[in-house]
Amino acid sequence: MRALLAFLLMLASAPVLAQSALPPAPYADRQIDDPALEKKARALMETIRCLTCQSQSIADSNASMAGDMRSEIRQRIMAGEQPEHIRAWLIERYGDWVSYEPTAAPILWPLWGAPVVLLLLGLLLLRGRIRKGKRP
Amino acid sequence: MIAEAGLAALWLAGALALLQLALVTLGLAGSKSELLGAVRSVAVSQGVLTGLAFLLLILLFLRSDMSVMLVVTNSHSMKPWLYKFAGTWGNHEGSMLLWVTVMGLAGSAVALFERALKRETHMATLGAQAAISLGFYVFLLFSSNPFARIDPPPPDGQGLNPLLQDPGLAFHPPTLYLGYVGLSVAFSFAVGALLTRQVDAAFARAMRPWVLAAWVMLTLGIVAGSYWAYYELGWGGWWFWDPVENASLMPWLAATALLHSVTVLATRDALRAWTVMLAVIAFSMSMVGTFLVRSGILTSVHAFAVDPERGSFILALLAIYIGGAFALFGWRIGAVREGAPFELVSRETMLVVNNLLLSVILGLVLIGTLYPLLTEAFGLKVSVGAPYFDRIAGPIALLLLIAMAAGPLTRWRRDRFGLVAGRMLVPGIVALVTLALVVALAWGRIGILPLLGLVVAIGVGVGSLAPLWKRNLRRTPLFTWGMVIAHLGCAVSLGGMASDSAFTVEKLVAARPGDTIETADWTLYFDKIMPIAGDNWTALQADMTASRGGGKAIAIHPQSRFFASPPTTTTEAALMTRWNGQLYVVLGQETDDGRWQIRIWWKPFVTFIWLGGIMIALGGVLALIGRERRGWLLKWRARAAA
Repeated sequence: MRALLAFLLMLASAPVLAQSALPPAPYADRQIDDPALEKKARALMETIRCLTCQSQSIADSNASMAGDMRSEIRQRIMAGEQPEHIRAWLIERYGDWVSYEPTAAPILWPLWGAPVVLLLLGLLLLRGRIRKGKRP
Repeated sequence: MIAEAGLAALWLAGALALLQLALVTLGLAGSKSELLGAVRSVAVSQGVLTGLAFLLLILLFLRSDMSVMLVVTNSHSMKPWLYKFAGTWGNHEGSMLLWVTVMGLAGSAVALFERALKRETHMATLGAQAAISLGFYVFLLFSSNPFARIDPPPPDGQGLNPLLQDPGLAFHPPTLYLGYVGLSVAFSFAVGALLTRQVDAAFARAMRPWVLAAWVMLTLGIVAGSYWAYYELGWGGWWFWDPVENASLMPWLAATALLHSVTVLATRDALRAWTVMLAVIAFSMSMVGTFLVRSGILTSVHAFAVDPERGSFILALLAIYIGGAFALFGWRIGAVREGAPFELVSRETMLVVNNLLLSVILGLVLIGTLYPLLTEAFGLKVSVGAPYFDRIAGPIALLLLIAMAAGPLTRWRRDRFGLVAGRMLVPGIVALVTLALVVALAWGRIGILPLLGLVVAIGVGVGSLAPLWKRNLRRTPLFTWGMVIAHLGCAVSLGGMASDSAFTVEKLVAARPGDTIETADWTLYFDKIMPIAGDNWTALQADMTASRGGGKAIAIHPQSRFFASPPTTTTEAALMTRWNGQLYVVLGQETDDGRWQIRIWWKPFVTFIWLGGIMIALGGVLALIGRERRGWLLKWRARAAA
């Protein structure tokens, strides 16, 4: 599975590598004119992982691949695509790794359930510490 | 010779740690109590020797001794002296030596200055400290020797990662480690008290200053690291939920909870088992953090010199110490009574709520940080980042802050709900007014979490001052001041975070020299690009001026720096600080048509994030002095009376 993933990653990044001699993507460091759309794009970019960096979002990276992805996202947002649709497209292309937002795969459900479980567990423990009987 | 002397000092220190452990074990378990007389001096000598080894390594770096492997791989003779000095701990071996040095010095301090603890518990504590140190000495000597030589010596070194060549390196790791490793004292206290079965209020009063001191250092270290990342990385972010940042946050959360539960134990002799448990957890989190950073098991910006073999070594240490401490806890805790239950509305309950919420956040950060490892075992590589932590931990943190404002307004033992609500009335009204104002002025442009953050920050800010109302400020005890300032700091910091994420204005432009750029209410004039040179770098510098609302123009100079060894480019952002925010300007790359990429942010009240952090640490210092001074005074009075 991992080898397959690595292979897919390579496939996916090959065109990007080939592009590095070409002029940089048009919207890598250029904002969308409409502030509302730019805000939408920016919010999405902050949750997409830069695949060639150690641990940064594409909104915070100088890497050329991050620039290409920013450009792609801005162009798709301008074309009217919804952020979650773009995220799904990125995940399909680069794998779940690319999204800092854990998506809704069943294996990730415990992650979203954890706060409720922990809070309930804590309250249960707490109940033993509180004096029973008259409650103001 | 210096390197050999350093290595010898380290071996000797390791041997002394073994001796210290043996003396305590024979003295306490073998009832040869005459052996215990030597423990304190052994602990002090051990600390002095590690300190000496560390100083010798610094000396090797300052002299650029290229016959030492570590200096070759991490330094360069052309580097400014400050980075030769701070570069000592900017690598794996050096930072682990800093770790054992702090551990040794903390042990010495406990041997020299701890007077409140009962003798057997004191000795058992020093034994525990020696046992932990011993593992890290073995790790250092057998798998991470900082003093290894290289033969023949190369003409010069490979240099230090330019991102680390910043005054931040001189301040952030040492303070962070003092906090991180300082928590080992709380761990040893807990183990010592479990061994001698003396978990009581007196134990809590003895442990409190050590916890406070480590917590203050940890707070400062995190604040420094956050501000450093903010200005150095050039994107205006101040927290990335990177695994290594989480690794420093987790001990901080545990230590913050411990700080509050230890007060319940000291004041009401309750929460005994829980406090001991937290003391164990806090330093365990430090060790887990070290494992995550050093093993390279998680992708992180801090991952230098990772090595799987070292990772498994630390994992083994982790299993021994954490497993051992929990086994001891399980074995002995049955004998420790928790004390009577609390009234529902009481200061005790509020502090338990504080502990509950902090622990839940800690649990979530831990789960979120480790979850990618779990899914990877099932063949799925995922990332868990800001969207998860913000959404999950954010609301709980807001609840925690509300409890933080209400706690000090609630009486010990028993209070009435109506009375507490009455005391929260003014902060509540202020919060509602803020809510109305922000909704009226910025609805639709502000996210729900930043909105709530602002409202809570301002309401809690007012509420955290409430314990001072109607009091004679001059006669208010220093530790009350400390609490108020620390709590206010939390509100100030939250306000900065919310304001930054709600109101930041970003502008990306490609500009030519001679262009004028308008953003927020700032006007920037881009004059020219100049090449300049520093000690070990050259740079392109943009000469710009910035003025606000037609005011005076002030020169700013964002740079793009090139380092030759190792070859790297870094951005040096130009920051202009005003009381109500910061202008952040970054010079990017040149475009094909001769223009320059320039990134500009206006970040309203962003500095409040770190200002609040410093207030939190200052509050800790005041509380420490306040509590201890009171102890000294009492002791002095008792002596005068007798």
